[in-house]
Amino acid sequence: MVSIDGRGDGKSLIRARGLGKTYRRGGEEIHVLQGLNLDVDAGDFVAFMGPSGSGKTTLLNLLGGLDVPSAGSVTVAGDEITRMSGAKLTAWRARHVGFVFQMYNLIPVLTAFQNVELPLLLTGLSKAERHRHVETALAVVGLTDRMRHYPRQLSGGQEQRVGIARAIVADPTFLLCDEPTGDLDRKSADEVLDLLDRLVRDHGKTALMVTHDPLAAARARTVLHLEKGVLVESVAAGNAR
Amino acid sequence: MKYLHLVVSNLLRKKTRTALTAGSFAVALFLFGILAAVDGAFKQGVDVAGVDRLVVLNRVSIIQPLPLAYRDRLARIPGVTKVTFANWFGGVYQDERNFFPQFAIDRESYREMYPEFVVPDDQWQAFLGDKEGAIVGEALLERFKWKLGDRIPIKGAIFPGSWEFNIRGVYRGRRPQDDTTQFWFRWDYFDERKTFTKGVVGWYVIRIANPDDAVRLVKVIDEQFANSPTETKTDTEKAFAASFVKQMGNIQLLIMSVGSVVFFTLLLVTGNTMAIAVRERTRELAVLKAVGFRDGFVLALVIVETMTVAAVGGGLGLGLAKLFTLRGDPTGGLLPFFYVSPQSIASGFGLALAVGLAAGILPALAASRLRVVDALRRI
Ligand SMILES: Nc1ncnc2c1ncn2[C@@H]1O[C@H](COP(=O)(O)OP(=O)(O)O)[C@@H](O)[C@H]1O
Ligand SMILES: [Mg+2]
Repeated sequence: MVSIDGRGDGKSLIRARGLGKTYRRGGEEIHVLQGLNLDVDAGDFVAFMGPSGSGKTTLLNLLGGLDVPSAGSVTVAGDEITRMSGAKLTAWRARHVGFVFQMYNLIPVLTAFQNVELPLLLTGLSKAERHRHVETALAVVGLTDRMRHYPRQLSGGQEQRVGIARAIVADPTFLLCDEPTGDLDRKSADEVLDLLDRLVRDHGKTALMVTHDPLAAARARTVLHLEKGVLVESVAAGNAR
Repeated sequence: MKYLHLVVSNLLRKKTRTALTAGSFAVALFLFGILAAVDGAFKQGVDVAGVDRLVVLNRVSIIQPLPLAYRDRLARIPGVTKVTFANWFGGVYQDERNFFPQFAIDRESYREMYPEFVVPDDQWQAFLGDKEGAIVGEALLERFKWKLGDRIPIKGAIFPGSWEFNIRGVYRGRRPQDDTTQFWFRWDYFDERKTFTKGVVGWYVIRIANPDDAVRLVKVIDEQFANSPTETKTDTEKAFAASFVKQMGNIQLLIMSVGSVVFFTLLLVTGNTMAIAVRERTRELAVLKAVGFRDGFVLALVIVETMTVAAVGGGLGLGLAKLFTLRGDPTGGLLPFFYVSPQSIASGFGLALAVGLAAGILPALAASRLRVVDALRRI
């Protein structure tokens, strides 16, 4: 279940209450988010849409603990992350969030394997265990045979799948994807969306995705629109499955 | 250790840049090694000076002699355990450029006074048995490719005439920094052959029973000969050597200035290079943080990278300097020794790491302060 009325049923995995974010540029204040509420249950696949500059990235950054809100709170699995200090928040991110970026953001000097391994370096896993986890993650995204390749030796779609493998390898509580198909052609985009779909359906992941692409949004169970600093239900709510 | 590949991959990202930076360190530390060797050569006398030896000179000037009769009077002073003496000869071997120090030494006492110079017993006996015998340092022997038994002609400058000596022995130093460029021959032969001012010596060297007693004994000795026609000026061997080094003061200042400028430049160049390297990687560093690496980790990563370059380049430079000095003194024997000591290597390496740290710290702080959201927004 997903709700935006701020009432939720108390069981939600991710809960945002009265979330506000104000940027100051020059003497001017820009209120990007204003009292936004959101409840997302575990296992949901939510798409956020909205015009450019409407605050979609800002919202994901707040939910993922990359930024702190000007007002309101974010609670994930019972932890109020908006109260955590910098170092604690960093540790929390490592345990609970898998980020997928539009620009893939792989480290060019590391192989696909090493890129996927990065989050595991922060755990106490042994080398052999890390190896196993990385292979599993790469198998899920169908790139076992590209393990030793560097990002520049991969296509955009493959790079993004490595990015997804990196996001899931440490088995995070939820995935945050900011326009994951924004730079991809239709075919690659569909492959990536199929993958996210499978992760939610078959692997029970929770995923929140920002997208401009209606076809991408259609894959999600719920589509929400960001308008004037708050979330509204999709007009075409019939898309929700 | 599991992070090692992060450091290595980043350093290999721009191989030319890394090689050039490491190369700067290599050049600077090579220079450091050579300068340390030259500096050490100047200071060598101070370092190797025996703490239990005093030097007694003529008060008027170092080139004025002292009476031979002072030998017994010095020996009788309580606290003095041994007395020897020597004379500067200042002759020329073939050509003035072939300079090396020649001493007329007392065959009875000189060897025991300097235990750091080792002469095999049979060679010393041969020296005692030949009035024209000479003992040469092994560096000197090597320099002119002499052999035992060679007859060496030396033209007297202060003491005119053509002098010839037979090499009867070779001394080596116990420590690498001991000066083995000297040429010794017998004072008794010297005194017998010279035509004027017989029965005088250049200076005395005495051993004292207790080094802590040196200050008192210096006074006692000089008072003993005060108000006599030949007054003395006594000093510890260390102070004596140090007064020579002071005359080299300008050279040391020069060495220091050149060294400082080189290292300051190295600091700026490396700091700039690392700042550029970090700026290029802004996005990647932000991703590391997003994934869950702490600010402190990013800080350490950049510093370790810089210090790795410093260690590799610096180590290479010091290694080359060491190899260079092993090939021998480039002045062809003018320096009493030419040697990069383990201490110099250690301090050079420490200096390289310190420069690496100083150069890396600002870029590393910038990297650690980077805000993920801002860095990811920038394209
Ligand atoms: N650090 C910042 N300082 C000032 N304004 C910002 C900053 N980050 C984002 N904004 C502004 O906030 C608004 C929302 O940005 P963003 O969340 O990136 O929107 P979206 O992802 O929906 O395109 C934009 O108008 C943007 O210019
Ligand atoms: Mg955005």
